[in-house]
Amino acid sequence: MAATVAPGERRLAARPSTWLVWAGMTAFGVFLLGILVAVVVDSFGRQWFATWLPEGFTTDRYAEAWDRFSLGEVVGVTVGVALLVVVISVLVGVPAAYVLARREFPGKRVVMLLFLLPVLMPPITYGIPLATVMYSFGLGRTLTAVVLVNLVPSVPFVILTMTPFIEQINPAIESAARMCGARTRQVFTRVLAPLLVPGILAAGILVLVRTVGLFELTFLVSGPGSDTLVVAIYRGMTAAGGGEARQLISAMSVIYTATMLAMLVVALRFVNPTQLVAQVKEARDDD
Amino acid sequence: MTSRTGGAQRSTASLRHRLAERGIDPTLLLLVPGLVVAVALFVYPFSYGIGLTVQPTAAMQEQWGGGVFANYVAFFRDPFVFDSIGITMRLALPAALFNVLASIPVAMVLRHRFRGKRLLTSLLVLPITLGTVLTAQGLLIFAGRQGWLNRALLQAGLIDEPLQLVNNYLGVMFSLVITGFPFAFLLISSYLSGIDPSLEQAARTLGAGWWQRFRRIVLPLLAPGLATTFVLTFVLAFSVFPSARLVGDAMGSTRVMSLMAFRAFGEQNDYAMASTIALMMGAVELLVVVAVLGLRSLLYRGTTGGKG
Repeated sequence: MAATVAPGERRLAARPSTWLVWAGMTAFGVFLLGILVAVVVDSFGRQWFATWLPEGFTTDRYAEAWDRFSLGEVVGVTVGVALLVVVISVLVGVPAAYVLARREFPGKRVVMLLFLLPVLMPPITYGIPLATVMYSFGLGRTLTAVVLVNLVPSVPFVILTMTPFIEQINPAIESAARMCGARTRQVFTRVLAPLLVPGILAAGILVLVRTVGLFELTFLVSGPGSDTLVVAIYRGMTAAGGGEARQLISAMSVIYTATMLAMLVVALRFVNPTQLVAQVKEARDDD
Repeated sequence: MTSRTGGAQRSTASLRHRLAERGIDPTLLLLVPGLVVAVALFVYPFSYGIGLTVQPTAAMQEQWGGGVFANYVAFFRDPFVFDSIGITMRLALPAALFNVLASIPVAMVLRHRFRGKRLLTSLLVLPITLGTVLTAQGLLIFAGRQGWLNRALLQAGLIDEPLQLVNNYLGVMFSLVITGFPFAFLLISSYLSGIDPSLEQAARTLGAGWWQRFRRIVLPLLAPGLATTFVLTFVLAFSVFPSARLVGDAMGSTRVMSLMAFRAFGEQNDYAMASTIALMMGAVELLVVVAVLGLRSLLYRGTTGGKG
Protein backbone atom coordinates (compact mmCIF):
# COMPACT_ATOMS: atom_id res chain seq x y z
CA MET A 1 0.00 0.00 0.00
CA ALA A 2 2.83 2.38 0.76
CA ALA A 3 4.05 4.25 -2.27
CA THR A 4 7.76 4.14 -2.86
CA VAL A 5 8.85 7.51 -1.62
CA ALA A 6 12.45 8.59 -1.93
CA PRO A 7 14.06 9.94 1.27
CA GLY A 8 13.22 13.56 1.86
CA GLU A 9 10.57 13.55 -0.85
CA ARG A 10 6.95 14.41 -0.17
CA ARG A 11 4.08 12.61 -1.83
CA LEU A 12 2.16 14.46 -4.48
CA ALA A 13 -1.11 14.01 -2.62
CA ALA A 14 -1.08 15.17 0.97
CA ARG A 15 -1.86 12.60 3.63
CA PRO A 16 -5.49 13.47 4.49
CA SER A 17 -6.55 13.47 0.87
CA THR A 18 -4.82 10.15 0.32
CA TRP A 19 -6.80 8.71 3.20
CA LEU A 20 -9.98 10.16 1.75
CA VAL A 21 -9.26 8.46 -1.55
CA TRP A 22 -8.65 5.14 0.15
CA ALA A 23 -11.83 5.54 2.18
CA GLY A 24 -13.81 6.24 -0.97
CA MET A 25 -12.31 3.26 -2.70
CA THR A 26 -13.04 1.04 0.27
CA ALA A 27 -16.68 2.13 0.17
CA PHE A 28 -16.76 1.34 -3.53
CA GLY A 29 -15.18 -2.05 -2.91
CA VAL A 30 -17.66 -2.83 -0.12
CA PHE A 31 -20.57 -2.05 -2.41
CA LEU A 32 -19.08 -4.06 -5.23
CA LEU A 33 -18.29 -7.11 -3.13
CA GLY A 34 -21.57 -6.80 -1.28
CA ILE A 35 -23.47 -6.87 -4.54
CA LEU A 36 -21.53 -9.83 -5.89
CA VAL A 37 -21.56 -11.90 -2.71
CA ALA A 38 -25.22 -11.13 -2.00
CA VAL A 39 -26.24 -12.47 -5.40
CA VAL A 40 -24.10 -15.60 -4.99
CA VAL A 41 -25.38 -16.31 -1.45
CA ASP A 42 -28.95 -15.68 -2.53
CA SER A 43 -28.62 -18.10 -5.43
CA PHE A 44 -27.58 -20.92 -3.08
CA GLY A 45 -30.05 -20.00 -0.33
CA ARG A 46 -33.24 -21.84 0.51
CA GLN A 47 -35.24 -19.10 2.19
CA TRP A 48 -33.76 -15.73 2.94
CA PHE A 49 -35.76 -12.98 4.54
CA ALA A 50 -34.92 -11.16 7.76
CA THR A 51 -31.65 -12.83 8.71
CA TRP A 52 -27.96 -12.34 7.99
CA LEU A 53 -27.74 -15.59 6.05
CA PRO A 54 -30.30 -17.86 4.40
CA GLU A 55 -31.81 -20.68 6.44
CA GLY A 56 -30.06 -23.36 4.46
CA PHE A 57 -28.08 -23.91 1.34
CA THR A 58 -28.92 -25.81 -1.80
CA THR A 59 -27.92 -26.02 -5.43
CA ASP A 60 -31.48 -26.81 -6.51
CA ARG A 61 -32.00 -23.25 -7.69
CA TYR A 62 -29.58 -23.76 -10.53
CA ALA A 63 -31.31 -26.87 -11.82
CA GLU A 64 -34.65 -25.14 -11.44
CA ALA A 65 -33.54 -21.97 -13.20
CA TRP A 66 -31.84 -24.01 -15.90
CA ASP A 67 -35.13 -25.78 -16.74
CA ARG A 68 -37.48 -22.88 -16.11
CA PHE A 69 -35.72 -20.47 -18.46
CA SER A 70 -34.28 -23.14 -20.79
CA LEU A 71 -30.86 -21.74 -20.00
CA GLY A 72 -29.07 -24.30 -22.14
CA GLU A 73 -30.58 -22.66 -25.17
CA VAL A 74 -30.10 -19.14 -23.81
CA VAL A 75 -26.40 -19.68 -23.03
CA GLY A 76 -25.96 -21.27 -26.45
CA VAL A 77 -27.60 -18.26 -28.12
CA THR A 78 -25.51 -15.84 -26.04
CA VAL A 79 -22.18 -17.45 -26.86
CA GLY A 80 -23.12 -18.13 -30.48
CA VAL A 81 -24.31 -14.57 -31.13
CA ALA A 82 -21.25 -13.11 -29.40
CA LEU A 83 -18.79 -15.21 -31.39
CA LEU A 84 -20.57 -14.48 -34.67
CA VAL A 85 -20.58 -10.76 -33.93
CA VAL A 86 -16.87 -10.85 -33.07
CA VAL A 87 -15.92 -12.71 -36.25
CA ILE A 88 -18.04 -10.53 -38.54
CA SER A 89 -17.02 -7.24 -36.96
CA VAL A 90 -13.32 -8.16 -37.11
CA LEU A 91 -13.61 -9.26 -40.74
CA VAL A 92 -15.47 -6.09 -41.67
CA GLY A 93 -13.74 -3.67 -39.32
CA VAL A 94 -10.05 -4.49 -39.70
CA PRO A 95 -9.82 -3.86 -43.49
CA ALA A 96 -11.69 -0.58 -43.02
CA ALA A 97 -9.37 0.37 -40.17
CA TYR A 98 -6.41 -0.40 -42.41
CA VAL A 99 -7.63 2.02 -45.07
CA LEU A 100 -8.38 4.72 -42.50
CA ALA A 101 -4.97 4.31 -40.92
CA ARG A 102 -2.91 4.31 -44.12
CA ARG A 103 -4.72 6.35 -46.75
CA GLU A 104 -5.78 9.89 -47.36
CA PHE A 105 -8.77 10.14 -49.66
CA PRO A 106 -11.57 12.59 -50.38
CA GLY A 107 -14.40 12.25 -47.87
CA LYS A 108 -12.29 10.57 -45.21
CA ARG A 109 -13.65 12.83 -42.49
CA VAL A 110 -17.22 11.96 -43.46
CA VAL A 111 -16.41 8.26 -43.28
CA MET A 112 -14.77 8.71 -39.87
CA LEU A 113 -17.82 10.59 -38.62
CA LEU A 114 -20.07 7.83 -39.91
CA PHE A 115 -18.18 5.29 -37.86
CA LEU A 116 -18.05 7.54 -34.80
CA LEU A 117 -21.76 8.36 -34.64
CA PRO A 118 -23.06 4.97 -33.43
CA VAL A 119 -20.53 5.06 -30.60
CA LEU A 120 -21.58 8.52 -29.45
CA MET A 121 -25.33 8.09 -29.75
CA PRO A 122 -27.55 6.48 -27.13
CA PRO A 123 -28.30 2.93 -28.33
CA ILE A 124 -32.03 3.54 -28.00
CA THR A 125 -31.86 6.45 -30.46
CA TYR A 126 -30.83 4.30 -33.40
CA GLY A 127 -32.07 1.07 -31.83
CA ILE A 128 -35.75 1.88 -32.08
CA PRO A 129 -35.74 2.85 -35.77
CA LEU A 130 -33.47 -0.14 -36.45
CA ALA A 131 -35.80 -2.52 -34.62
CA THR A 132 -38.76 -1.07 -36.52
CA VAL A 133 -36.96 -1.77 -39.79
CA MET A 134 -36.14 -5.31 -38.61
CA TYR A 135 -39.77 -6.00 -37.77
CA SER A 136 -40.96 -4.58 -41.08
CA PHE A 137 -38.57 -6.94 -42.90
CA GLY A 138 -40.04 -9.83 -40.91
CA LEU A 139 -36.78 -10.35 -39.01
CA GLY A 140 -38.24 -9.51 -35.60
CA ARG A 141 -37.36 -11.95 -32.79
CA THR A 142 -34.92 -13.88 -35.00
CA LEU A 143 -31.26 -14.66 -34.38
CA THR A 144 -30.35 -12.85 -37.61
CA ALA A 145 -31.81 -9.64 -36.23
CA VAL A 146 -29.96 -10.03 -32.93
CA VAL A 147 -26.64 -10.48 -34.74
CA LEU A 148 -27.33 -7.59 -37.11
CA VAL A 149 -28.25 -5.05 -34.42
CA ASN A 150 -25.18 -6.03 -32.41
CA LEU A 151 -22.99 -5.24 -35.41
CA VAL A 152 -23.99 -1.57 -35.33
CA PRO A 153 -21.87 -0.63 -32.30
CA SER A 154 -19.32 -3.46 -32.74
CA VAL A 155 -18.02 -2.68 -36.22
CA PRO A 156 -17.26 0.98 -35.38
CA PHE A 157 -15.73 -0.16 -32.11
CA VAL A 158 -13.32 -2.47 -33.94
CA ILE A 159 -12.51 0.26 -36.46
CA LEU A 160 -11.88 2.88 -33.76
CA THR A 161 -9.62 0.61 -31.73
CA MET A 162 -7.76 -0.89 -34.68
CA THR A 163 -7.02 2.33 -36.59
CA PRO A 164 -4.45 3.67 -34.09
CA PHE A 165 -3.12 0.15 -33.67
CA ILE A 166 -2.42 -0.12 -37.39
CA GLU A 167 -1.00 3.40 -37.49
CA GLN A 168 1.76 2.37 -35.11
CA ILE A 169 2.94 -0.43 -37.44
CA ASN A 170 5.77 0.90 -39.54
CA PRO A 171 4.60 1.21 -43.19
CA ALA A 172 8.19 0.53 -44.29
CA ILE A 173 7.62 -3.14 -43.48
CA GLU A 174 4.82 -3.29 -46.04
CA SER A 175 6.90 -1.41 -48.60
CA ALA A 176 9.75 -3.85 -48.08
CA ALA A 177 7.39 -6.79 -48.62
CA ARG A 178 6.14 -5.20 -51.84
CA MET A 179 9.69 -4.55 -53.02
CA CYS A 180 10.33 -8.24 -52.55
CA GLY A 181 7.42 -8.95 -54.85
CA ALA A 182 4.58 -9.68 -52.45
CA ARG A 183 1.08 -9.03 -53.76
CA THR A 184 -1.56 -7.21 -51.74
CA ARG A 185 -3.06 -10.47 -50.51
CA GLN A 186 0.35 -11.73 -49.46
CA VAL A 187 1.14 -8.48 -47.70
CA PHE A 188 -2.01 -8.96 -45.69
CA THR A 189 -1.70 -12.66 -44.88
CA ARG A 190 2.07 -12.90 -44.43
CA VAL A 191 3.07 -9.51 -43.07
CA LEU A 192 0.17 -7.59 -41.58
CA ALA A 193 -1.91 -10.39 -40.11
CA PRO A 194 0.78 -11.67 -37.73
CA LEU A 195 1.52 -8.12 -36.60
CA LEU A 196 -2.17 -7.40 -36.10
CA VAL A 197 -2.94 -10.47 -33.98
CA PRO A 198 -2.51 -8.76 -30.56
CA GLY A 199 -4.73 -5.85 -31.61
CA ILE A 200 -7.35 -8.13 -33.14
CA LEU A 201 -7.38 -10.26 -30.00
CA ALA A 202 -7.82 -7.21 -27.81
CA ALA A 203 -10.57 -5.71 -29.94
CA GLY A 204 -12.25 -9.09 -30.36
CA ILE A 205 -12.32 -9.83 -26.65
CA LEU A 206 -13.71 -6.40 -25.86
CA VAL A 207 -16.40 -6.84 -28.51
CA LEU A 208 -17.20 -10.26 -27.03
CA VAL A 209 -17.60 -8.80 -23.54
CA ARG A 210 -19.64 -5.88 -24.85
CA THR A 211 -21.91 -8.08 -26.93
CA VAL A 212 -22.64 -10.45 -24.06
CA GLY A 213 -23.39 -7.44 -21.85
CA LEU A 214 -25.29 -5.36 -24.39
CA PHE A 215 -28.87 -5.07 -23.31
CA GLU A 216 -30.80 -2.35 -25.11
CA LEU A 217 -30.34 -3.33 -28.74
CA THR A 218 -30.76 -7.07 -28.22
CA PHE A 219 -33.81 -6.49 -26.04
CA LEU A 220 -35.56 -4.50 -28.77
CA VAL A 221 -35.40 -7.25 -31.40
CA SER A 222 -35.10 -10.53 -29.49
CA GLY A 223 -37.85 -12.89 -28.39
CA PRO A 224 -38.23 -16.43 -27.12
CA GLY A 225 -35.50 -18.50 -28.75
CA SER A 226 -33.29 -15.52 -29.50
CA ASP A 227 -32.93 -13.96 -26.05
CA THR A 228 -29.41 -13.58 -24.71
CA LEU A 229 -28.65 -14.06 -21.00
CA VAL A 230 -28.96 -10.41 -19.97
CA VAL A 231 -32.28 -10.08 -21.73
CA ALA A 232 -33.52 -13.34 -20.19
CA ILE A 233 -32.59 -12.04 -16.72
CA TYR A 234 -34.36 -8.74 -17.38
CA ARG A 235 -37.48 -10.51 -18.61
CA GLY A 236 -37.38 -12.75 -15.55
CA MET A 237 -37.15 -9.71 -13.25
CA THR A 238 -39.94 -7.80 -14.93
CA ALA A 239 -42.28 -10.73 -15.70
CA ALA A 240 -45.94 -9.97 -15.06
CA GLY A 241 -46.96 -10.45 -11.43
CA GLY A 242 -43.87 -9.09 -9.71
CA GLY A 243 -41.26 -11.12 -11.52
CA GLU A 244 -39.92 -14.63 -11.01
CA ALA A 245 -38.66 -15.92 -7.67
CA ARG A 246 -35.64 -13.89 -6.62
CA GLN A 247 -33.38 -16.89 -6.09
CA LEU A 248 -33.95 -18.11 -9.64
CA ILE A 249 -32.91 -14.73 -11.00
CA SER A 250 -29.87 -14.77 -8.76
CA ALA A 251 -28.85 -18.20 -10.01
CA MET A 252 -29.21 -16.96 -13.56
CA SER A 253 -27.14 -13.86 -12.72
CA VAL A 254 -24.39 -16.01 -11.26
CA ILE A 255 -24.26 -18.06 -14.45
CA TYR A 256 -24.01 -14.80 -16.38
CA THR A 257 -21.21 -13.47 -14.16
CA ALA A 258 -19.32 -16.75 -14.39
CA THR A 259 -19.44 -16.56 -18.18
CA MET A 260 -18.27 -12.95 -18.10
CA LEU A 261 -15.50 -13.55 -15.59
CA ALA A 262 -14.15 -16.48 -17.57
CA MET A 263 -13.88 -14.16 -20.54
CA LEU A 264 -12.32 -11.37 -18.48
CA VAL A 265 -9.63 -13.71 -17.15
CA VAL A 266 -8.80 -14.77 -20.67
CA ALA A 267 -8.86 -11.13 -21.80
CA LEU A 268 -6.50 -9.90 -19.10
CA ARG A 269 -3.98 -12.57 -20.03
CA PHE A 270 -3.71 -11.10 -23.51
CA VAL A 271 -4.46 -7.45 -23.03
CA ASN A 272 -3.57 -4.63 -20.75
CA PRO A 273 -6.85 -2.70 -20.66
CA THR A 274 -5.32 0.71 -19.97
CA GLN A 275 -3.12 0.40 -23.04
CA LEU A 276 -6.04 -0.20 -25.33
CA VAL A 277 -8.00 2.66 -23.82
CA ALA A 278 -5.04 4.92 -24.51
CA GLN A 279 -5.24 3.88 -28.13
CA VAL A 280 -8.97 4.49 -28.27
CA LYS A 281 -8.35 7.90 -26.80
CA GLU A 282 -5.91 8.78 -29.56
CA ALA A 283 -8.43 7.69 -32.15
CA ARG A 284 -10.98 10.05 -30.67
CA ASP A 285 -8.50 12.86 -30.42
CA ASP A 286 -7.61 12.57 -34.08
CA ASP A 287 -11.12 13.25 -35.14
CA MET B 1 1.87 7.15 -51.72
CA THR B 2 2.34 7.98 -55.36
CA SER B 3 4.67 10.87 -55.98
CA ARG B 4 3.30 13.80 -57.87
CA THR B 5 4.95 14.55 -61.18
CA GLY B 6 4.68 17.64 -63.35
CA GLY B 7 1.30 18.97 -64.50
CA ALA B 8 1.98 18.23 -68.15
CA GLN B 9 2.63 14.59 -67.43
CA ARG B 10 -0.41 14.28 -65.24
CA SER B 11 -2.79 15.21 -68.03
CA THR B 12 -1.50 12.38 -70.22
CA ALA B 13 -1.70 9.79 -67.44
CA SER B 14 -4.57 7.30 -67.40
CA LEU B 15 -7.67 8.01 -65.37
CA ARG B 16 -6.70 5.23 -63.03
CA HIS B 17 -3.35 6.84 -62.39
CA ARG B 18 -4.87 10.28 -61.90
CA LEU B 19 -7.37 8.88 -59.38
CA ALA B 20 -4.58 7.05 -57.57
CA GLU B 21 -2.77 10.36 -57.23
CA ARG B 22 -5.74 11.72 -55.32
CA GLY B 23 -5.75 8.65 -53.08
CA ILE B 24 -8.46 6.70 -54.87
CA ASP B 25 -7.26 3.22 -55.76
CA PRO B 26 -8.47 -0.39 -55.39
CA THR B 27 -7.26 -0.51 -51.78
CA LEU B 28 -10.24 1.68 -50.88
CA LEU B 29 -12.44 -1.30 -51.70
CA LEU B 30 -11.44 -2.65 -48.30
CA LEU B 31 -13.62 0.07 -46.87
CA VAL B 32 -16.71 -1.21 -48.66
CA PRO B 33 -17.89 -3.90 -46.20
CA GLY B 34 -17.64 -1.45 -43.32
CA LEU B 35 -19.54 1.19 -45.25
CA VAL B 36 -22.22 -1.31 -46.27
CA VAL B 37 -22.79 -2.22 -42.63
CA ALA B 38 -22.86 1.43 -41.58
CA VAL B 39 -25.28 2.47 -44.33
CA ALA B 40 -27.58 -0.55 -44.18
CA LEU B 41 -27.79 -0.85 -40.42
CA PHE B 42 -27.30 2.74 -39.28
CA VAL B 43 -27.92 5.38 -41.94
CA TYR B 44 -30.90 3.70 -43.58
CA PRO B 45 -32.80 2.83 -40.38
CA PHE B 46 -32.00 6.24 -38.98
CA SER B 47 -33.41 8.07 -42.01
CA TYR B 48 -36.36 5.68 -41.98
CA GLY B 49 -36.92 6.61 -38.33
CA ILE B 50 -36.82 10.32 -39.15
CA GLY B 51 -39.41 9.66 -41.86
CA LEU B 52 -41.56 7.76 -39.38
CA THR B 53 -41.69 10.69 -36.97
CA VAL B 54 -43.74 12.71 -39.47
CA GLN B 55 -46.22 9.89 -40.03
CA PRO B 56 -48.15 10.06 -36.77
CA THR B 57 -51.01 7.69 -36.06
CA ALA B 58 -54.54 8.97 -36.52
CA ALA B 59 -55.10 8.86 -32.77
CA MET B 60 -52.06 11.08 -32.16
CA GLN B 61 -53.16 13.58 -34.77
CA GLU B 62 -56.62 13.74 -33.27
CA GLN B 63 -55.39 14.14 -29.73
CA TRP B 64 -52.58 16.64 -30.27
CA GLY B 65 -53.23 18.25 -33.67
CA GLY B 66 -50.33 19.69 -35.62
CA GLY B 67 -50.85 17.54 -38.72
CA VAL B 68 -47.76 15.59 -39.69
CA PHE B 69 -45.90 17.05 -36.72
CA ALA B 70 -48.38 15.63 -34.22
CA ASN B 71 -45.70 13.44 -32.66
CA TYR B 72 -43.48 16.43 -31.98
CA VAL B 73 -46.40 18.40 -30.62
CA ALA B 74 -47.19 15.48 -28.35
CA PHE B 75 -43.57 15.25 -27.26
CA PHE B 76 -43.40 18.90 -26.19
CA ARG B 77 -46.97 19.25 -24.92
CA ASP B 78 -47.42 15.99 -23.04
CA PRO B 79 -45.84 16.63 -19.64
CA PHE B 80 -45.63 12.89 -18.99
CA VAL B 81 -43.23 12.57 -21.93
CA PHE B 82 -41.58 15.99 -21.90
CA ASP B 83 -40.64 15.88 -18.21
CA SER B 84 -38.56 12.79 -18.88
CA ILE B 85 -35.88 15.07 -20.39
CA GLY B 86 -35.42 16.77 -17.05
CA ILE B 87 -35.57 13.48 -15.18
CA THR B 88 -32.89 11.97 -17.40
CA MET B 89 -30.69 15.05 -17.02
CA ARG B 90 -31.06 15.06 -13.24
CA LEU B 91 -29.66 11.54 -13.26
CA ALA B 92 -27.08 11.65 -16.03
CA LEU B 93 -25.38 15.00 -15.32
CA PRO B 94 -24.63 14.43 -11.61
CA ALA B 95 -23.64 10.82 -12.27
CA ALA B 96 -21.20 11.74 -15.04
CA LEU B 97 -19.82 14.67 -13.05
CA PHE B 98 -19.34 12.53 -9.96
CA ASN B 99 -17.65 9.74 -11.90
CA VAL B 100 -15.18 12.13 -13.52
CA LEU B 101 -14.42 14.13 -10.35
CA ALA B 102 -14.01 11.02 -8.21
CA SER B 103 -11.74 9.40 -10.77
CA ILE B 104 -9.17 12.21 -10.65
CA PRO B 105 -7.88 11.66 -7.09
CA VAL B 106 -8.11 7.87 -7.42
CA ALA B 107 -6.13 7.91 -10.64
CA MET B 108 -3.60 10.33 -9.08
CA VAL B 109 -3.04 8.01 -6.12
CA LEU B 110 -2.97 4.87 -8.23
CA ARG B 111 -0.35 6.14 -10.64
CA HIS B 112 2.35 5.61 -8.06
CA ARG B 113 3.80 2.15 -7.89
CA PHE B 114 2.80 0.02 -4.95
CA ARG B 115 2.20 -3.60 -4.11
CA GLY B 116 -1.13 -4.99 -5.25
CA LYS B 117 -1.68 -2.28 -7.82
CA ARG B 118 -2.55 -4.75 -10.56
CA LEU B 119 -5.06 -6.47 -8.32
CA LEU B 120 -6.66 -3.17 -7.40
CA THR B 121 -6.88 -2.08 -11.03
CA SER B 122 -8.49 -5.40 -11.93
CA LEU B 123 -10.96 -4.95 -9.09
CA LEU B 124 -11.89 -1.51 -10.37
CA VAL B 125 -12.39 -2.88 -13.88
CA LEU B 126 -14.55 -5.75 -12.66
CA PRO B 127 -17.91 -3.90 -12.69
CA ILE B 128 -17.59 -3.30 -16.43
CA THR B 129 -18.18 -7.02 -16.91
CA LEU B 130 -21.02 -7.20 -14.40
CA GLY B 131 -23.44 -5.35 -16.59
CA THR B 132 -26.38 -3.27 -15.47
CA VAL B 133 -28.82 -6.13 -15.00
CA LEU B 134 -26.67 -8.05 -12.54
CA THR B 135 -25.74 -4.84 -10.73
CA ALA B 136 -29.44 -4.16 -10.37
CA GLN B 137 -30.18 -7.60 -8.94
CA GLY B 138 -27.25 -7.30 -6.52
CA LEU B 139 -28.27 -3.81 -5.40
CA LEU B 140 -31.82 -5.00 -4.72
CA ILE B 141 -30.53 -7.75 -2.44
CA PHE B 142 -27.55 -5.96 -0.87
CA ALA B 143 -29.04 -2.51 -0.34
CA GLY B 144 -32.69 -3.49 0.02
CA ARG B 145 -34.61 -2.99 3.26
CA GLN B 146 -33.60 -6.45 4.50
CA GLY B 147 -30.15 -6.30 2.90
CA TRP B 148 -26.75 -6.52 4.51
CA LEU B 149 -26.07 -2.79 4.19
CA ASN B 150 -29.13 -1.71 6.13
CA ARG B 151 -28.66 -4.58 8.59
CA ALA B 152 -25.06 -3.56 9.29
CA LEU B 153 -25.98 0.10 9.69
CA LEU B 154 -28.82 -0.83 12.05
CA GLN B 155 -26.62 -3.04 14.18
CA ALA B 156 -23.94 -0.38 14.34
CA GLY B 157 -26.59 1.96 15.67
CA LEU B 158 -26.06 4.52 12.92
CA ILE B 159 -29.69 4.47 11.80
CA ASP B 160 -32.97 3.69 13.52
CA GLU B 161 -34.83 2.19 10.61
CA PRO B 162 -33.80 0.81 7.22
CA LEU B 163 -32.86 3.41 4.62
CA GLN B 164 -34.72 3.38 1.34
CA LEU B 165 -31.77 2.93 -1.00
CA VAL B 166 -33.33 1.12 -3.95
CA ASN B 167 -36.45 1.49 -6.07
CA ASN B 168 -35.86 5.22 -6.19
CA TYR B 169 -33.53 7.89 -7.58
CA LEU B 170 -30.72 6.80 -5.28
CA GLY B 171 -30.78 3.21 -6.50
CA VAL B 172 -30.30 4.27 -10.11
CA MET B 173 -27.55 6.68 -9.04
CA PHE B 174 -25.71 3.85 -7.27
CA SER B 175 -26.00 1.68 -10.34
CA LEU B 176 -24.73 4.50 -12.60
CA VAL B 177 -21.71 5.07 -10.37
CA ILE B 178 -20.89 1.39 -10.10
CA THR B 179 -20.93 0.88 -13.86
CA GLY B 180 -19.64 4.33 -14.88
CA PHE B 181 -16.86 4.98 -12.40
CA PRO B 182 -14.51 2.19 -13.56
CA PHE B 183 -14.92 3.40 -17.11
CA ALA B 184 -14.08 7.00 -16.18
CA PHE B 185 -11.20 5.81 -14.02
CA LEU B 186 -9.66 3.77 -16.85
CA LEU B 187 -9.84 6.67 -19.29
CA ILE B 188 -8.50 9.25 -16.86
CA SER B 189 -5.59 7.11 -15.74
CA SER B 190 -4.59 6.59 -19.33
CA TYR B 191 -4.72 10.37 -19.90
CA LEU B 192 -2.75 10.90 -16.73
CA SER B 193 -0.06 8.45 -17.78
CA GLY B 194 0.34 10.52 -20.94
CA ILE B 195 1.52 13.56 -18.98
CA ASP B 196 5.28 13.73 -18.80
CA PRO B 197 6.32 13.40 -15.12
CA SER B 198 9.36 15.60 -15.75
CA LEU B 199 7.04 18.60 -16.07
CA GLU B 200 5.95 18.08 -12.50
CA GLN B 201 9.49 17.38 -11.36
CA ALA B 202 10.57 20.68 -12.91
CA ALA B 203 7.80 22.46 -11.03
CA ARG B 204 8.86 20.77 -7.83
CA THR B 205 12.43 21.89 -8.38
CA LEU B 206 11.12 25.42 -8.63
CA GLY B 207 9.43 25.01 -5.26
CA ALA B 208 5.81 24.33 -6.16
CA GLY B 209 3.72 22.52 -3.53
CA TRP B 210 1.49 19.59 -4.44
CA TRP B 211 -1.58 21.76 -4.82
CA GLN B 212 0.25 24.23 -7.05
CA ARG B 213 1.64 21.40 -9.16
CA PHE B 214 -1.81 19.91 -9.52
CA ARG B 215 -3.54 23.23 -10.17
CA ARG B 216 -0.96 24.70 -12.58
CA ILE B 217 0.55 21.67 -14.32
CA VAL B 218 -1.57 18.53 -14.17
CA LEU B 219 -5.06 20.02 -14.31
CA PRO B 220 -4.57 22.17 -17.42
CA LEU B 221 -2.94 19.26 -19.26
CA LEU B 222 -5.63 16.89 -18.10
CA ALA B 223 -8.59 19.18 -18.82
CA PRO B 224 -9.22 18.13 -22.45
CA GLY B 225 -9.11 14.49 -21.39
CA LEU B 226 -11.53 15.24 -18.59
CA ALA B 227 -13.93 16.79 -21.07
CA THR B 228 -13.75 13.72 -23.32
CA THR B 229 -14.22 11.40 -20.36
CA PHE B 230 -17.19 13.44 -19.17
CA VAL B 231 -18.80 13.16 -22.60
CA LEU B 232 -18.33 9.40 -22.78
CA THR B 233 -19.57 8.77 -19.23
CA PHE B 234 -22.46 11.11 -19.84
CA VAL B 235 -23.42 9.15 -22.95
CA LEU B 236 -23.41 5.98 -20.86
CA ALA B 237 -25.46 7.48 -18.07
CA PHE B 238 -27.86 9.27 -20.39
CA SER B 239 -29.01 6.08 -22.07
CA VAL B 240 -29.68 4.36 -18.74
CA PHE B 241 -32.50 1.93 -19.27
CA PRO B 242 -32.55 -1.41 -17.45
CA SER B 243 -31.47 -0.06 -14.09
CA ALA B 244 -34.00 2.79 -14.28
CA ARG B 245 -36.67 0.13 -14.51
CA LEU B 246 -35.19 -2.44 -12.11
CA VAL B 247 -33.74 -0.41 -9.23
CA GLY B 248 -35.54 2.83 -9.96
CA ASP B 249 -38.99 4.21 -9.65
CA ALA B 250 -40.00 3.69 -13.27
CA MET B 251 -43.17 5.77 -13.10
CA GLY B 252 -41.76 8.56 -10.94
CA SER B 253 -38.33 9.98 -10.23
CA THR B 254 -36.48 7.76 -12.73
CA ARG B 255 -38.90 7.89 -15.65
CA VAL B 256 -36.05 8.41 -18.12
CA MET B 257 -36.35 9.05 -21.84
CA SER B 258 -35.32 5.56 -22.92
CA LEU B 259 -38.10 4.10 -20.78
CA MET B 260 -40.59 6.45 -22.44
CA ALA B 261 -39.30 5.49 -25.89
CA PHE B 262 -39.55 1.82 -25.06
CA ARG B 263 -43.03 2.28 -23.63
CA ALA B 264 -44.19 3.71 -26.95
CA PHE B 265 -42.36 0.99 -28.89
CA GLY B 266 -43.06 -2.17 -26.97
CA GLU B 267 -46.23 -1.46 -25.04
CA GLN B 268 -48.18 0.92 -27.26
CA ASN B 269 -46.75 -0.31 -30.59
CA ASP B 270 -46.66 3.30 -31.78
CA TYR B 271 -43.42 3.09 -33.76
CA ALA B 272 -43.74 6.66 -35.00
CA MET B 273 -43.96 8.14 -31.50
CA ALA B 274 -41.21 5.78 -30.28
CA SER B 275 -38.91 7.01 -33.05
CA THR B 276 -39.78 10.60 -32.19
CA ILE B 277 -38.81 10.14 -28.53
CA ALA B 278 -35.68 8.22 -29.52
CA LEU B 279 -34.59 10.97 -31.92
CA MET B 280 -35.28 13.73 -29.43
CA MET B 281 -33.21 11.75 -26.97
CA GLY B 282 -30.32 11.75 -29.43
CA ALA B 283 -30.80 15.47 -30.04
CA VAL B 284 -30.74 16.36 -26.34
CA GLU B 285 -27.66 14.24 -25.78
CA LEU B 286 -25.93 15.75 -28.79
CA LEU B 287 -26.60 19.25 -27.44
CA VAL B 288 -24.77 18.43 -24.21
CA VAL B 289 -21.94 16.69 -26.07
CA VAL B 290 -21.48 19.62 -28.45
CA ALA B 291 -21.54 22.09 -25.55
CA VAL B 292 -18.87 20.18 -23.64
CA LEU B 293 -16.71 19.61 -26.69
CA GLY B 294 -17.08 23.29 -27.57
CA LEU B 295 -15.74 24.22 -24.15
CA ARG B 296 -13.02 21.62 -24.62
CA SER B 297 -11.79 23.30 -27.80
CA LEU B 298 -11.04 26.40 -25.70
CA LEU B 299 -8.63 24.34 -23.60
CA TYR B 300 -5.05 23.45 -24.29
CA ARG B 301 -4.63 21.25 -27.36
CA GLY B 302 -1.32 19.71 -28.13
CA THR B 303 1.28 17.37 -26.83
CA THR B 304 1.37 16.63 -23.13
CA GLY B 305 5.06 15.92 -23.31
CA GLY B 306 4.68 12.22 -22.68
CA LYS B 307 3.41 9.38 -24.79
CA GLY B 308 -0.13 10.77 -25.05
